[in-house]
Amino acid sequence: METYYNPDDLKKFSHIGEFQKSMADKFFQYYGEVFKDGTLTEREKSLIALGVAHALQCPYCIDAYTSSSLEKGCTEEQMMEAVHVAGAIRGGATLAHGVQMMNQTKKLMM
Amino acid sequence: MKSLLAQEHLLSKSTEQLHVLNQNGFAKFRDKLTGIGLNPLKPTSIDIFQMNVGKMCNQTCKHCHVDAGPDRKEIMTKQTMQTCLEILSKHDIPIVDITGGAPEMNPNFRWFVEEVKKLGKHILVRCNLTIILAGKSYHSLPEFFAKHHVEIVSSLPHYTKFRTDRQRGDGVFDKSIEALTMLNNVGYGLEDSGLMLNLVYNPTGAILPGPQKTLQDEYKLKLKQEFGIMFNNLFVITNLPISRFLDYLLVSGNYHDYMSQLIDAFNPAAALGVMCRNTLSIGWDGYIYDCDFNQMLDMKVQGTSTHISEFDLEALSNRDIAVNQHCFGCTAGLGSSCGGQMV
Ligand code: SF4
Ligand code: SF4
Repeated sequence: METYYNPDDLKKFSHIGEFQKSMADKFFQYYGEVFKDGTLTEREKSLIALGVAHALQCPYCIDAYTSSSLEKGCTEEQMMEAVHVAGAIRGGATLAHGVQMMNQTKKLMM
Repeated sequence: MKSLLAQEHLLSKSTEQLHVLNQNGFAKFRDKLTGIGLNPLKPTSIDIFQMNVGKMCNQTCKHCHVDAGPDRKEIMTKQTMQTCLEILSKHDIPIVDITGGAPEMNPNFRWFVEEVKKLGKHILVRCNLTIILAGKSYHSLPEFFAKHHVEIVSSLPHYTKFRTDRQRGDGVFDKSIEALTMLNNVGYGLEDSGLMLNLVYNPTGAILPGPQKTLQDEYKLKLKQEFGIMFNNLFVITNLPISRFLDYLLVSGNYHDYMSQLIDAFNPAAALGVMCRNTLSIGWDGYIYDCDFNQMLDMKVQGTSTHISEFDLEALSNRDIAVNQHCFGCTAGLGSSCGGQMV
């Protein structure tokens, strides 16, 4: 069955340089640098990436950072907490915009 | 859970495992070696004499490459151990690595350790921890190990009960923690005691292991914080696609992706350091193999010296190492050996 998302396409991510090489090279170099141990560990970065992947709802990133988090020894509980962080920020961001709605309502209405 | 052999499972036959591993048109391990100028793979030196003294074990872990368990009866005899001692006394092979099954279940285990110690060799025992609590006669193992300065290498696939028990069986985590505490109490894993206690991490599923350093830091922190346990090093090992782990991969539908991952992650630097280049592996019946994995696949060393009764170090040092598709497990990413990652 044809679908928009094909799991095998994740493996082809590195091929994006085929259409524009210099930018892809710079991106992958940057990407590699970002995920190295720094003041945050590789493990912590994997969990952040997992949360962000859920917020962006990117199935490729969810698969990739589920494996990456497991590989770095994260537990199921830690991974779900990361997803909750994403959920809380998404929910919070929606609700925080409610203030804008309230401001606008109050301005318009008697 | 029964061993594959007791279940009369098709995959208990090494020929069937090799058949599965050579299907699907995956890149060949031998071609990869050729590509980096390492074919045929040759030993560098022989430093480790690894002996599998029997397939009997008190556990039946899901991933076990030995297909070990309480139902396995293959055990090395005292006569075979005696021949190994003669070999060890004649040759300068510094390390004797004793594995199984649970090697302590071999009735001549303690006698053998004492005899090897008299030869001045460094001894390493792959102890599954729970054996220490498996019966009264095993409770004194920590003191016995300490007395003979045996290096202990023990599997603990995770610092959480959930993950460890999923791979090794219900209740294994709690017993392992108790055994580790007993080992700490006689000095193992403590700084400056000289008694080495190394743990082994291998993934609980169809994933590759992450970097050893990251995992070791996390293990040290958690085990100290939650249980007051100390250890020296964490060896990170990749699960090779053979025996019960191969069965798991096939049943769970992960075989194809796992194999592809291993092959994509082929690392020439890891290939240079594979353990078969400095190890000999002896089976319970005295046959000689390039490593414990080849032993479980019945792939004996090539050449004339295939059994300890005709041990010829010169010939073995110049042999071509027998490789096959499972070898991709040793060369993926940061590499994998009985001593952990190599790169
Ligand atoms: S992995 Fe080790 S402890 Fe587990 S069944 Fe196999 S030999 Fe026994
Ligand atoms: S499986 Fe054995 S023979 Fe193959 S590379 Fe690993 S250690 Fe060497």
